[in-house]
Amino acid sequence: MIDAKRRILLKGSLAAGSVGVAVAAGLLTPRLVLADWNAAAFESKDVSAALKGLLGSDAMETNDAVVVKAPDIAENGAVVPVTVETTLSDISYIAIIASGNATPLVASFALGAAAMPFVSTRIKMGKTADVVAVVKQGDKLFSNAKNVKVTIGGCGG
Amino acid sequence: MSDIKVRAKLEGNETVVKCLMNHPMETGLRKDSKTNELVPAHFIQEVVCKWKDQVVLTAAWSGGVSKNPYLSFKFIGGAVGDPVEVSWKDNKGESQTETSQIA
Repeated sequence: MIDAKRRILLKGSLAAGSVGVAVAAGLLTPRLVLADWNAAAFESKDVSAALKGLLGSDAMETNDAVVVKAPDIAENGAVVPVTVETTLSDISYIAIIASGNATPLVASFALGAAAMPFVSTRIKMGKTADVVAVVKQGDKLFSNAKNVKVTIGGCGG
Repeated sequence: MSDIKVRAKLEGNETVVKCLMNHPMETGLRKDSKTNELVPAHFIQEVVCKWKDQVVLTAAWSGGVSKNPYLSFKFIGGAVGDPVEVSWKDNKGESQTETSQIA
């Protein structure tokens, strides 16, 4: 049992380390090859700069029609399942932000004409924080958040 | 080493696509526990999902997406047997593509 706890602790601290050190991200990530990858947005360290870089604005409105599904407690911050869904129509973009991460913008999705406003993936989280989903409708941004408690080293505590 | 698993299923008028990609998704910030050196960044930056010739979803990712990424999305208009293509490109310029039929 002690050994099992120790494993979890090790895993947990490793995960936290990998994201936590993300402060250095902007400096260390090789400047990249892909023209359409938005380096400025993905490497920015605060949410509003990331959103401005990605979607052109950070003026967003909280809207309960945007649903963020994520666990209340994530025992392993390296794998946090997140689903974003909305009943709003004409959504062109969905962005997922882990507000506690050093580089908060995790993923953005450009939706084609046939796509429904639904995406599901798994993200890394450095610490307990809000997972924020931002959707773009026309030129308006709507968002909603879900707090996820990341337990590092605890047995589900 | 890497490969993509794609499953597309028709549910009513929605096609639900689930994919799993094998990729280390290194942020570039993690230290190797033995050498104490930073593991170089290696993560998927762009995922393009197509139904027939139409782009349904383009995802842009940072290293903040978990290792061996999972992605699920839905679209309207698919029919059984239609091809769904998922391809990714990472920050080292590597890429991979996989096609599956809607079931």
